[in-house]
Amino acid sequence: MERSFVAKNPSVLVFLAILSLFTLSVTVLSEGFGIGVISTSFVKTLGKTLCLCLIAVAMDLVWGFTGILSLGHFAFFGLGGYMIGLWLMYERTRLIVVESLSQTEIPPTPSEIADAIGNQIFGVVGSSEFPLIWAFSDSLFLQLALVVLIPGLLALVFGWLAFRSRVTGVYLSILTQAMTLALALYLFQNDSGLRGNNGLSGLQNLPGVTASQDVVSIWFLWASALALGLGYMLAAWVVSGKFGSVIRGIRDNEARVRFLGYSVEAYKLAVFALTACIAAIAGALYYPQAGIINPEEMAPIASIYLAVWVAIGGRGRLYGAVIGAAFVSLLSTWFTGGQAPDIPLGVYTIKWVDWWQVLLGVSFVLVTLFAPQGIGGLFDLLANRRPLDRHGANLGPDDGALREKEATE
Amino acid sequence: MLRLFLAGLAILCACLTANAQEVGLQPILQEHQETIAKSSRKTIKPAIDAIAASGLPQAQVMLETWGAKDMWMRKSDGLFFSAEQAEGQSYVLTDFDTGKVVGTIKKSDLKQLKPNSGVRAMIGTALVQFQLTDPDRKKRLAALQSIQRDPEGALLEPLRASIEDEADADLRARKQRLERLLTIGYDTDTAARVAAIEDMSDDLSVDVRAALNPLVVTSRKAAADLPLNVNVAVILEPGSDSLSRDEAYDLLVASDLAAPPVSPDNIRTALAGNIDGGRVGGVPVAQLNTTTARARAYATLAEAGIVPALVTEADIDTALGAHTFFETYAEASPEVTAAAEKALEQIELKVGLNQSLDLMLDAISLASIYFLAAIGLAITFGVMGVINMAHGEFIMMGAYTGYVVQQFIPDHTLSIIVAIPMAFAVTFAMGVAMERLVIRWLYSRPLETLLATFGISIALQQLAKNIFGTQARPLTAPGWLDGAWVLNDVVSISYIRIAIFVLALIFLGLFLYIMKRTRLGLEMRAVTQNPRMAGSIGINPGRVNMLTFGLGSGIAGIAGVAIGLFAKVTSDLGSDYIVQSFMTVVVGGVGNIWGALAGAGMIGFLQKGIEWMNPSNTLAAQTYMIVFIIIFIQFRPRGIVALKGRAAGD
Repeated sequence: MERSFVAKNPSVLVFLAILSLFTLSVTVLSEGFGIGVISTSFVKTLGKTLCLCLIAVAMDLVWGFTGILSLGHFAFFGLGGYMIGLWLMYERTRLIVVESLSQTEIPPTPSEIADAIGNQIFGVVGSSEFPLIWAFSDSLFLQLALVVLIPGLLALVFGWLAFRSRVTGVYLSILTQAMTLALALYLFQNDSGLRGNNGLSGLQNLPGVTASQDVVSIWFLWASALALGLGYMLAAWVVSGKFGSVIRGIRDNEARVRFLGYSVEAYKLAVFALTACIAAIAGALYYPQAGIINPEEMAPIASIYLAVWVAIGGRGRLYGAVIGAAFVSLLSTWFTGGQAPDIPLGVYTIKWVDWWQVLLGVSFVLVTLFAPQGIGGLFDLLANRRPLDRHGANLGPDDGALREKEATE
Repeated sequence: MLRLFLAGLAILCACLTANAQEVGLQPILQEHQETIAKSSRKTIKPAIDAIAASGLPQAQVMLETWGAKDMWMRKSDGLFFSAEQAEGQSYVLTDFDTGKVVGTIKKSDLKQLKPNSGVRAMIGTALVQFQLTDPDRKKRLAALQSIQRDPEGALLEPLRASIEDEADADLRARKQRLERLLTIGYDTDTAARVAAIEDMSDDLSVDVRAALNPLVVTSRKAAADLPLNVNVAVILEPGSDSLSRDEAYDLLVASDLAAPPVSPDNIRTALAGNIDGGRVGGVPVAQLNTTTARARAYATLAEAGIVPALVTEADIDTALGAHTFFETYAEASPEVTAAAEKALEQIELKVGLNQSLDLMLDAISLASIYFLAAIGLAITFGVMGVINMAHGEFIMMGAYTGYVVQQFIPDHTLSIIVAIPMAFAVTFAMGVAMERLVIRWLYSRPLETLLATFGISIALQQLAKNIFGTQARPLTAPGWLDGAWVLNDVVSISYIRIAIFVLALIFLGLFLYIMKRTRLGLEMRAVTQNPRMAGSIGINPGRVNMLTFGLGSGIAGIAGVAIGLFAKVTSDLGSDYIVQSFMTVVVGGVGNIWGALAGAGMIGFLQKGIEWMNPSNTLAAQTYMIVFIIIFIQFRPRGIVALKGRAAGD
């Protein structure tokens, strides 16, 4: 079975090889383990990019393969980050508090320690009580479980409600966007228990780890690369079998698949929840590298950008999503970081910090109009793989079905 | 002979002046000369009362002069005059009674009277009775306002006396009202106060509540026995909802009826202060990390008399059992407090009703804002089925157009009149260009329309940021839209919101007219239902689509001008409204203007309702509203007003 899977998906091997090569070379060039050509902050950027690639794979699975344009996956990404952030913040604060209280004359009682931690963490929102949501924050194992469980559960409930009432297409997109907005607004409140718009901070410091950030950043790079590799294999496995055929069928004509006797809702729900979990894992790896998480990250616009990456990379193929996320997010970092050279036009100098968004928006429109296959389509040109010419007709009768020129395999 | 004559004349004059003085102010002043010359708040009252009671018209001038520190005393005979500085060190004296100049006198022969602020306040109070009957209406009004600002028991009598002769009907009504309010607070007769309270119990104004509320202010007290001579509001049971055990005990501590409890912090400090060779009270320091061990160590210290004894639960129980807890009114008369409570209850009910009316007005105004923002979307999304994520940016462009127009036309009224068609033109052109260049290629791929228009949206937003900067730009409403329509102290609505409501109604009418009565509307409906058939009977679907999209975008531009009038014009103005606009259209039902109206109404009312239930937190209100909408979609997936049959599109 395993051999036939690899045989059917040679791209997986290529992808894994490139990913390993990338990780290895970054390690060698890093400050922590190698010759120090790449700065630690850039290693972190690369590590974060790998996480973004992972959520892009999830997005591709749910949009490119199942046809659900979810504008809510960044909410799951953020939730995963929050869940791991709870433990990181609690444990680190606890260590600091215990250390400082042990200096006092009278040894502290457990309730004094808890109060002091509460004060440290919730002082900014004028409280010192631990909200219910922090109940398991003292246990790494439970929080790691919650990273997957909470977003998965949310996706299940939301998906069940949405798919059950047959909300599809753009309505579903708007509904997922509303869900993201609701969650972000909820977290913005100070009494949500997650420190309101302050978010959780200091996540880059692993509790009990004395190694420098140079080393820790490489650890996270490895973890992110491992997660991306596994996630990619999982996604490739999901779309390659019978399950994959069904979800592609749902994308192209939902009604027809339903009439064939498949429980369309169950398939959609499974994909939605699975991708939510993948997104959450990506988030749990992303935010310790970013160091801070706040509700701003979960605003609806982030999820739309996710769709943009996948569209530019080429949806309906997993490597396209990865390429799109890596390409656009790195380019975005380059442009907005002020590294791109300004273009003087005599009367006006184009500063890329100001104009990058315009460029992105316009190029996105152009990609949607003229190159629906995205960057991934270039590989078809290279392989000289041209689909049959069906004069641009839709492959399915549905409005949302792929047209021939977008269809890839 | 001449000398004799002069002497006789002098005597005559003296007699004449003496006669005049008998009916004048000066004798009264002279009677109180001592107290006036050395005025202090404690002693001056009889003097002021006598002056006020004289009822002489010149008393007002005299009091004003005195209050303004312009009254001087002639040292030679102790008479009081109004003085005005002439050249150098001399002053011109004027007599109060005759109003005539008496002479010019050197400063050294005079003594200025400088009443302190306490005395001046009393002078002011005495003056009010003159001002209340002043022939000048403005002065009477000012006097009323000053009483209203600073009510005082002493003013009640003069106020009552002035009502009778008040000629002005409006002022008379105001005086009567003020008299009732002062009666509530300051009358000595309980029955009169109760009657006044009952009179005012159907009045909604803030000042009535301000007069009644101090009467029902209570303070919590604890005592061994219930005192007899106080107006008790309620007797509290410790451990109940209204008075917890801790609060009750704190009350005892505050009244010095019980020993203060020893807090964990105090225990800790006490223990830290008594470490003796690594042990506290026989307990090793290392073991002091539990509450029980600390209590044990502390008990040992307490027994030794080093620290105050711990207050145990049993102590608290005994203390609570031995005392009565109650709330007393500051107001002594039970009849008055009972009447005030009853009146406040009645007023509260009326206020509640009026508040719901106010809330409803708020909700309607919010709904019309959402409607205005969503109506363009109802056309592009509802009628054409095109998701336009850049709709919010069209709203923003409309608002910026208004801002730019105001830079060239400084007159606000004119600039708004110009800005509305300008905004429509700009966004119409933009919409048509967008439809021609992008959207028409994507009609068969709605999801990609969403993404492409999103791309346009971020580009437009950034462009606006590059052109206008990130700070908010003002779009000033014309002066006649300032202020609010005030129904009473509870219900009011600003004119801008009324204007937006009217604008929303106009657009509703306009939309209905275009769709139902014009050629374009007919073609639009035809193309919406079946583009190919519409094409085969001679309608150009491309042109109709272009115009429809332009129309929707143009209306968004006008909505932008309206929204810009009360919100700040920034580059992310549009994105604040986009999700709500989509919600409005989706909840209301796609493809139907009445649906958009119903959706806007529902979302507006819902948001205001949730905000009313949880007023401190508008973020939570929005969250709950979105969650509610997601659940609502479960039950009516096609919105409130769902299209049936073929028009539904499936």
